[in-house]
Amino acid sequence: MHLSTYLGLLHASENSLAEAFDQVGRDHADEPDVEHLCHVLSEKAAGHVEALSPFVTRYGVQREDEPDRLHAAEFGGTRTGGVGLLRDLQDLYVLASFVDITWTVVGQAAQGVPDAELLKTVGSCQAETSTQLSWLQTRIKQAAPQALIVA
Amino acid sequence: MNRVENIWGVRTPHERGTEWPERVDQELAVAEAEVDRWVQSACVLCSNGCACDIAVKDGKMVGVRGRAGDRINHGRLGPKGLYASWQWSDQDRLTHPLVRTSEGLRQATWDEAMGRIVEESKKRHPLKQGFYTSGQLFLEEYYTLAVIGKAGLGTPHMDGNTRLCTATAAAALKETFGSDGQPGSYEDIEHCDALFLFGHNMAATQTVLWSRVLDRVEGPDAPVIVAVDPRDTPVTRLADVHLAPLPGSNQALMNGLIHELIEHGYVDHDYVARHTIGYDELAATVASYEPKQVAEICGVNAVDVQHAAEIFGRSERVLSTVLQGFYQSHQATAASCQVNNLHLLRGLIGKPGCGVLQMNGQPTAENTRECGADGDLPGFRNWANPQHIDELAKLWNVDRLKIPHWAPPTHAMQLWRYVDQGSIDFLWISATNPAVSLPELPRIRDILSREDLFLVVQDGFLTETAQYADVVLPAALWGEKQGTFTNASRTVHLSEQAVDPPGEARSDLDIFLDYARRMDFRDADGEPLIGWTTPEEAFEAWKECTRGRPCDYSGLTYDALRGASGIPWPCTDDAPEGTDRLYEDSVFPTEPETCEDYGHDLLTGGSTTPEKYKALNPGGRAFLKAMPFTEPPEWISSAYPLIATTGRSPYHFHTRTKTGRSPQLKQAEPKVWVELSAADAAELGVAEGNQVRVESARGWMEGAARIGGARPGVVFVPFHFGYWDATEGAPPSAANEFTLTEWDPVSKQPIYKVVAVRVRKA
Repeated sequence: MHLSTYLGLLHASENSLAEAFDQVGRDHADEPDVEHLCHVLSEKAAGHVEALSPFVTRYGVQREDEPDRLHAAEFGGTRTGGVGLLRDLQDLYVLASFVDITWTVVGQAAQGVPDAELLKTVGSCQAETSTQLSWLQTRIKQAAPQALIVA
Repeated sequence: MNRVENIWGVRTPHERGTEWPERVDQELAVAEAEVDRWVQSACVLCSNGCACDIAVKDGKMVGVRGRAGDRINHGRLGPKGLYASWQWSDQDRLTHPLVRTSEGLRQATWDEAMGRIVEESKKRHPLKQGFYTSGQLFLEEYYTLAVIGKAGLGTPHMDGNTRLCTATAAAALKETFGSDGQPGSYEDIEHCDALFLFGHNMAATQTVLWSRVLDRVEGPDAPVIVAVDPRDTPVTRLADVHLAPLPGSNQALMNGLIHELIEHGYVDHDYVARHTIGYDELAATVASYEPKQVAEICGVNAVDVQHAAEIFGRSERVLSTVLQGFYQSHQATAASCQVNNLHLLRGLIGKPGCGVLQMNGQPTAENTRECGADGDLPGFRNWANPQHIDELAKLWNVDRLKIPHWAPPTHAMQLWRYVDQGSIDFLWISATNPAVSLPELPRIRDILSREDLFLVVQDGFLTETAQYADVVLPAALWGEKQGTFTNASRTVHLSEQAVDPPGEARSDLDIFLDYARRMDFRDADGEPLIGWTTPEEAFEAWKECTRGRPCDYSGLTYDALRGASGIPWPCTDDAPEGTDRLYEDSVFPTEPETCEDYGHDLLTGGSTTPEKYKALNPGGRAFLKAMPFTEPPEWISSAYPLIATTGRSPYHFHTRTKTGRSPQLKQAEPKVWVELSAADAAELGVAEGNQVRVESARGWMEGAARIGGARPGVVFVPFHFGYWDATEGAPPSAANEFTLTEWDPVSKQPIYKVVAVRVRKA
């Protein structure tokens, strides 16, 4: 069963998302909204890691069965300036999208098992991931023209 | 009567449901018989908008008198209106344009000054140019500025200092009801059984409105009053219940009140089912906010929370007002939405005595919002709705791509950040004084001093901000120009020109029109983009922009506004007398094709997409927006163990450009002070009147201690005291020396009310 593989993938991805939000927030402290919200959203991602742990225990993590190219997306570090902020937010967006679709996959499997408890966790965590994506998209749309045309 | 000592004047008590009696207040520098003429206007020294007549003698303003027949003030004026509305007119005025040279600012002609502005403007990309305006200009001026920015130049970088005072009122109304627009009426004070003031020291911020409340309180069947404020104020001392939550904890308190409403069965479930969306999520969100838990988070008594909720739940007619204690605090939009929720849960809206007044701080802030001179589009249009953009493109006869609408217009805090980064290097400031009013002044001074910044400042005085300008434009002020403005309860007044402006000063409208002419802004047919030249013509153009929108002015005329009273919009052919209350039928402007905004996530400010919004199928129902309490971005530490909040005095307005030049008001409150609780003062060894220093991680100021008033742990400093009249070598006096650059994620209003500081004897 590969559900455990996917739980491991999700666990790792949420972890790197939490770290990435934290790092972007820290390194763009001159943008007060980015700093504050990245820390808030980092905590949300860290909360998802916590929420996953009972299921990791329940299903185990079978890394040996993991298909070769199935690994969590990673964050490569922050940049500076207007375009740098834009690219960092875009990286977060890619990472959060990966997390989002991974929750979808796990949610589908949770229905097949069926595991009502896991399904509930998928529901609440995925809703928060969707909030992260919505904020990132809003902020990226706001920043793009200024950064690309006149910065 | 000395209205410095007796701020609210003589009482005229009356019964519930009867009209507020008239009381005409007047202040004259000459004998009444010597007045040449009286000129109709309304006061611009707070958001109340009291109607008045200006006394003129020998071409000078010499006095002011309240208009008895007006629905807003029934003849009354407050101390600021009486003692500061005209007394400044011949002091320290700017009478000629100034331009910067290597030796400093020197006098210039209009042609030279405007020529320089146009030259700088023409050589830059529109995205490098920003406009920062006010809550003090007239409607006609804002609308002209909005058309210049959005259809002439094509820049999204336009906002006002309304971002600091009223942005959350607009945001909360949009989130709940789909569009901006004050639901209630001041007449609800005459009808209510209970009055809730949320973060609103009405006795200081709108003194005439507070007289209106006092006249109910001292009459028979007085309303029950509940006040939410961390300080002791005249409002809280009169209140039956005073909740003093720790700064930053409003959302927890509001969730607690809603929890109690649900718990004790005060919810009108039939109304909720028919007229709202989101009840289940709201109920789930507040489920854990038991009074005991709320008491712990907010530092209030659980019994008081229960009592306040019971008053809200049991009173037949409840009126709520909300102001800066919520708007400038943490979770501003979320907490203000909860006030709307309380009313929706009981169906107490759109009826006499029932409703919400999401207040404004400034006299013409409503117009900045309506006209799109702030981060909104004209006529409460939705930037994310292509049809609304097409309406504007058609109205202005320009290509829709000319109108920046790829994202919400840039909010002030972001606009200043772009200047900080240099991507905006042309900034035009009108009628506001950010060098004193914006948070974290050391940072603002650095930004204003940038070498690459071309700064235009348009004002009546050489303000602290004007000192940094490359070009200073002398503006005509109130009484020296004509125009209309709309108060916090949607009531429109006409302010006529009483006297000539000093020297070569011009109205803000004339200045903007001159810029548009010199920039040669054209429409799609090659005609001048702006076809009007007078205030009345601008008003007529604005009427067309509002036709069919929630803020419909189409039935108003200057002549109608010359009648006995101001008129509340919407005012149409069908409702020529205007409209007292919105939402009498509980149908809200949430239809996707109507609404001003598709809404936001209250935690992050992430925009709801049009698709998601449409899927909610709002169909005229209001949104019950929910959110848990979260920790504020800044909180006390061992280095900064106290929380500072800033606010107003009843005697001063903004940075005192007018009130500081009134002898009575200057004498009433000559200097900044620092309000400390008795417990904190004792611990710090500070006695009444001692000079103390308030310091945050960003900056510091000093003032004389006033003891009592604040709850322990909280320091209050008024924000009025800048530097234009400071004595040489005096320590910093502006509260914003220590405030922080943080804002609400939805309304983008700065958080002035939760600042970690330390205090010591200076």
